[in-house]
Amino acid sequence: MRTIIFRFTAPYLTALMVLFSIFVLLRGHNDPGGGFIGGLIAASAFAIYGIACGVAAVRRALYFHPMAISAAGLLFAVVAGLLSIPAGTGFMTGLWIFPHVFGTELALSTPMLFDIGVYLVVVGGISSIALALEERESD
Amino acid sequence: MAEIEATTGGTLALALPFLAAAIAPIAKRFLGAHAAWLLALAPALAFAILFTFLPTVADGGVVQFGYDWIPAFDVRFSFRIDGLASTFGLLITGIGTLIVLYSGGYLKGHRDQGRFFSFILMFMGSMLGLVLADDLMTLFVYWELTSITSFLLIGFDHDRERARRGAIQALAITGGGGLALLAGFILIRELAGLNSMSEVLAAGDALRSSPAYTAIFVLVICGAFTKSAQMPFHVWLPNAMEAPTPVSAYLHSATMVKAGVYLLLRMQPALGETVLWTTVLPIFGAVTLVMGALLAVRATDIKITLAYTTVSSLGLLVMLIGVGTEAALIGAVLYLIAHSLFKGGLFMVAGSVDHGAHTRELDRLGGLARYMPITFTAALLCALSMGGITPFVGFLAKEEIYHALEHPDAWHVFLIAAAILGNALMFAAAFIVALKPFVGRLPETIHHPHEGGLTIWLGPLVLGVAGLVGALFSETYHHFFSGPMASSAIGAPAGIEISWVPHLNLAFALSLATIGLGILIYLASNAIRAATGRTLAAIGWGPDLGFDQAMRGLLRVSFIATRRLQSGRLDYYMTVTIAVITAGLLVPMIFAGALPSEPKVPELRFYEWIVLALILVGIVAVVIAKNRLTAIVSLGIQGFATALIFMLLGAPDLSFTQFMVETLSVVILALVMTRLRLSPADHRPWRETLPDAALATAGGAGFGLFLLSITQRPFDPVLSDFFERYSYAIAHGHNIVNVIIVDFRGVDTMGEIAVVMTTGLAVLALIRIRVGRRDRAPADPTETTP
Repeated sequence: MRTIIFRFTAPYLTALMVLFSIFVLLRGHNDPGGGFIGGLIAASAFAIYGIACGVAAVRRALYFHPMAISAAGLLFAVVAGLLSIPAGTGFMTGLWIFPHVFGTELALSTPMLFDIGVYLVVVGGISSIALALEERESD
Repeated sequence: MAEIEATTGGTLALALPFLAAAIAPIAKRFLGAHAAWLLALAPALAFAILFTFLPTVADGGVVQFGYDWIPAFDVRFSFRIDGLASTFGLLITGIGTLIVLYSGGYLKGHRDQGRFFSFILMFMGSMLGLVLADDLMTLFVYWELTSITSFLLIGFDHDRERARRGAIQALAITGGGGLALLAGFILIRELAGLNSMSEVLAAGDALRSSPAYTAIFVLVICGAFTKSAQMPFHVWLPNAMEAPTPVSAYLHSATMVKAGVYLLLRMQPALGETVLWTTVLPIFGAVTLVMGALLAVRATDIKITLAYTTVSSLGLLVMLIGVGTEAALIGAVLYLIAHSLFKGGLFMVAGSVDHGAHTRELDRLGGLARYMPITFTAALLCALSMGGITPFVGFLAKEEIYHALEHPDAWHVFLIAAAILGNALMFAAAFIVALKPFVGRLPETIHHPHEGGLTIWLGPLVLGVAGLVGALFSETYHHFFSGPMASSAIGAPAGIEISWVPHLNLAFALSLATIGLGILIYLASNAIRAATGRTLAAIGWGPDLGFDQAMRGLLRVSFIATRRLQSGRLDYYMTVTIAVITAGLLVPMIFAGALPSEPKVPELRFYEWIVLALILVGIVAVVIAKNRLTAIVSLGIQGFATALIFMLLGAPDLSFTQFMVETLSVVILALVMTRLRLSPADHRPWRETLPDAALATAGGAGFGLFLLSITQRPFDPVLSDFFERYSYAIAHGHNIVNVIIVDFRGVDTMGEIAVVMTTGLAVLALIRIRVGRRDRAPADPTETTP
């Protein structure tokens, strides 16, 4: 599958898909999208990159081990749930703040942090499986 | 009763050890072994906080504080500091401070010293929480935390097989007992409606007169006996000696093993004074007392000797609590404090000897007094207390015990005989440990014996001196420490008058007899050791071996069960799973007559028909595909078409996800296929594929009919109305699906992503299994020699 065209376009495609996945993740609360779908898109992006340019390149690009990314996601999700305890409400009660940055109102919340956690878990989990399988292909 | 709120102080005292545990590895990295001084501040500060409650507690007051935990079940995170908890807490934090310092010196230069500090501080926090806990569930959580942290501590030298075995044994026995305790607590909560120790103690005869008393008694006793190492559960305690000595000095003096005794003392006013209590406890206690002491004299490793004397002491305590009279409980409390001090000190002495002479074997030790004078002094101070010689706290305890047991009936004669024999054996054991290594000639095998640093000898010396000071100033000692503790255990104010000045009475005479017998045993210890060894060899079986047999049996059973259930063949799993689901769907539908009525052909637009046709094409292509790759891609076509349908029906989220899942499954399936080096096509004959095809058809029919019958029922809009109304109003999100996932049902999602991650880990592990080993059947674990 390592044709020149594929190898040439794959990095651009991957970058676009990762960007798109983040877009999907962030818009998820109000429009179709969310952490799970975003995670799947990013995972397929890395799978494509792996098929085109080899697993080593993906691992270098990811920097962290995919499983560590996944674990960090789970940590984010749990922390997002725990944050409401010091605030005096029950576990996983959503907390919202609306800071103004450069004149724009941003909606930041623990559900968003939680969704980012979901995103990372899915990216890490699926990528680690896909990468491990791709790696084996060559030996 | 004066009750003060002390939320901040109490919470801080409880949290300090855990905070210190969190920073321990970092502290170790920057300060090396000197981190001990910093980390010891945590238990020292907790000690100081508990000390400030002392005036209140000494006057019979109770300090209570807590937080709501699970209000729906009346579970609170609550604590109660009365006499019993206060003295225990002071012992835990006080000895804990010395132990942290001692570990600083003892494990100096050890690779994992930071981790060790972490473990021991976590254990300390768990133990402190255990004795301060008021709510039964809080107590249980801390109870199991001590089991888990002690597992980590005992298995600290995890490179060694024996350490791992000791750790697993301790976890299995004390953790198992903890589960029994949980059942007991649940019974207390459900049947008697009592949620906390305060309520249990205030309820008077409620538990004793409850029909479930016997069940509660047995379950609580199981918890206490396993933790406090009563025969035959004692085996974990000597095996826990595999841990570094600071662990033994801590776990087996004031903490872990005392947890069971603590529970018995705590529950005594509510569960005690029944025939069951006053019979079962003394018998187990007496047997443990004598057997433990015999085994102590038999051992040749001074640490093992001390371990068995601990078993023996615990037996004595359980026996006294079982007798349950005021004098007996006072005796138990005095002995408990004395034992914490001298045993903690003696274990540290054993560690110092090991550290200085590089052996703990009795026959290779001798003449160390000249080289290790401070350790020798500390050893003697502790041994004199353990031997019950005035003016040491051990003396007070022994006098009180004999005083409590002096009744002229056969039952008490039996108990007092056990006490004298046990105490005499322990007297001998004390001096075997504290005298033998230090006197006589220095064996040639010991090179350069030397005293350890300040942190090494400080602990035993302080504990030894404490045993002396406590007895000399017995009035203050009774007022602040033993008195309040005994009052809590009795359930009424206790007056303790015993002092270090001996009075000529029966108890003193028995004390003298014990010492005399003890000296005889000390002198004849070699003969006794040989005789006990021969007897044990003749019996050949013991609870320790029994534990191994039980574990092997368990492995055997699970191995057989696994071999039956897990063939390791993927097609078998698939067949079973699909067959079970299909039967689960079809059988009730057919037999309950719940089959859906024939559906009307819906009026679809032409492009919807095209999508449906695409699905059909995909399925047919899967079935007739000549090779596997084509089949996988065809499956993808069918999946994409389904995603299109979702899109047309107005479920963009679902459709989106379906697209991605389909894409990834095709990619991963293709990768797996190349990975498994399957032949490109399925060459099985018809007679093998036909049953699979039949099952697949049945499965598809099952799901199809099931979905049809669901859609034919009237739609209940409660949930969708709810989500529609509140999605934006309270969760600030227009996308209902996403709001449900991350907010309304966030806990579900949390579970799901945990599963995703675990699955990822499992798949990763499976992929990494070497190809060469894949075909070999798993070895029978019971056939390997341990």
